[in-house]
Amino acid sequence: MELREEAEDQQRKTDRGRRSRPPRQRRTWRKALKRDWRLYSLLVLPIIFLLIFRYVPMAGNVIAFRRFRPGGSMFGDEWVGLRYVELFINDPTFWRAFWNTVILGGLTLAIVFPLPIILALMFNELRSRRFKRIAQSISYLPHFMSIVIVAGMVLQLTALRGSINQGIQFFGGEAIPFMQLPEWFRSIYVSSEIWQTVGWGTILYLAALTTIDPQLYEAARIDGANRWRQIWHVTLPGIRPTMIVLLILNIGTFMAVGFEKVLLLYNPLLYPTADVISTYLYRVGIISSNFSYATAIGLFEALIGLTLILSANAISRRAVGTSLW
Amino acid sequence: MFRPSTQGGIKDSRSYTVFRVINAVLIVAICFITLYPFLNVVAQAFSSEAYINSGQVNLIPMGFNVTTFGYVMSDPLFWRNYGNTVVYTVVATAIAMVLTTSFAYALSKRHLKGRAFFIGIAVFTMFFNGGLIPNYILINTLGFKNTIWAIVIPNAISIFNLLVMKAFFENFPEDLEEAAAIDGLTTYGILLRIVLPLSKAVIATMVLFYAVSFWNSWFTAFLYLDQSELYPVTVYLRNLLAAATGGESLGAGMGSGESAQVAANVKAVTMLLTVLPIVCLYPFIQKYFVSGVMLGSVKQ
Repeated sequence: MELREEAEDQQRKTDRGRRSRPPRQRRTWRKALKRDWRLYSLLVLPIIFLLIFRYVPMAGNVIAFRRFRPGGSMFGDEWVGLRYVELFINDPTFWRAFWNTVILGGLTLAIVFPLPIILALMFNELRSRRFKRIAQSISYLPHFMSIVIVAGMVLQLTALRGSINQGIQFFGGEAIPFMQLPEWFRSIYVSSEIWQTVGWGTILYLAALTTIDPQLYEAARIDGANRWRQIWHVTLPGIRPTMIVLLILNIGTFMAVGFEKVLLLYNPLLYPTADVISTYLYRVGIISSNFSYATAIGLFEALIGLTLILSANAISRRAVGTSLW
Repeated sequence: MFRPSTQGGIKDSRSYTVFRVINAVLIVAICFITLYPFLNVVAQAFSSEAYINSGQVNLIPMGFNVTTFGYVMSDPLFWRNYGNTVVYTVVATAIAMVLTTSFAYALSKRHLKGRAFFIGIAVFTMFFNGGLIPNYILINTLGFKNTIWAIVIPNAISIFNLLVMKAFFENFPEDLEEAAAIDGLTTYGILLRIVLPLSKAVIATMVLFYAVSFWNSWFTAFLYLDQSELYPVTVYLRNLLAAATGGESLGAGMGSGESAQVAANVKAVTMLLTVLPIVCLYPFIQKYFVSGVMLGSVKQ
């Protein structure tokens, strides 16, 4: 029974493709449910999950515009308009966090985004497969570590008696209390981000590299292109779609700079450079219980992120014809 | 390894050879830098406090001792929290697998009416989410605070994993499922008896993806659990780190060097014990992860 319907369905599809007959009436929901109710039953729990744990919190953002009382409704009790928005717009601490977020996000995008491409090209030039495999395995390793472990390592290396300061003292310098000086935080954050993510980031590029047609290299060589020109004219264009997709994704997460990592690494001495929007809203919301105010900040941040990814996607689709959707 | 390339009569093969030597040296250096923090943790874990205190421990343990391991392991809270991590990881992975597999299987059926809509509402959550505070209020409202449910339920479906599984099921040979349907199996029968047994590779990959992420996670536990006996080991470690940094930044005039150093040593041992399962499994799990990520990227 199911099978026959499926065959008919297939027939209908090809009919529509050929336009030899006018398409038959579209299958109604009633028919679809009757036929596929077992498949729909598999959807029930996941959809309930998404509704409760993803879409209800989205609706919960309404408390950015309503006064929330602990113990009251999770959607707030009364409308207060843009009160909380005005509050953060006039809040200097918010603006410090905002600019810290933009700077850290911008540095991460500018420095951490291109490095996996370079590393993938470097791996690609290795002739020894064994060496290549071992080097890759090592470079992925930090990706599998808990962020708590990563933070622990950063604190250990930057400690007053840590390896970095030992190196500085070995060359006759003075030990630097890195974790007490705000001017060092950005370098430490970006370096640890490089350490943790670059190796893992090469995977997709290496996969893209294997799909490049070897004949293109052949042709380039016949045209007299040396190794550099081959990389420039064959390899880089070959991985361009992957680069663009990953760039769009990175732009989309621009504002969501490593909240957990910052939270684990920073301390009040570092707030001038380390406090980002998400850590500020964590302190305002969870520690000081100003739920509505923190939600307004969070909503602002999420909307910037959404706008960024939508515009990056649209621009990329227009300009180079590659997009996420 | 560094023979000059002879293909196609390239003029600058000499400079290219030089490049390849430099390239290989750089990669060795990168590997060393990547491993250094791990080796440093191991060295500190086996060193005595006095040597760490005077800043002499880099790669080689100084004043070899294993008493710190005994000290950390004699803390009942550590074992309690380690056990919690195991329980949370197993339960959360099981829940996540049930939800993700059934969702992915249903979504992989191209004839399913409303399929695009269901995929859409799932994918949209990748780009927009409720944010910290609404989620926090929701978990409190549901009464999940200080229960295991706050850890194992709210992150049960990773959309990335869902898309990987969906892509896998879409490539599943249709003939096999049709044959099973002719033999009288229902959708459930086909999924449980035909599709899942033949999908061991992708299931193993997804179990690893989820298990590693739950093993490593700390923030949900930090946010929703206030009782130390409920913490996973990551939060135990986080509290050690927080105590140690607090000591370092505040302790300048407090003469608390001693206690801060004990913390440094204990810290290294705790870190080592926390990453141990992952480091031991790493050689086996790594290739699954890599193929999973590539499978996920095929769709793009």
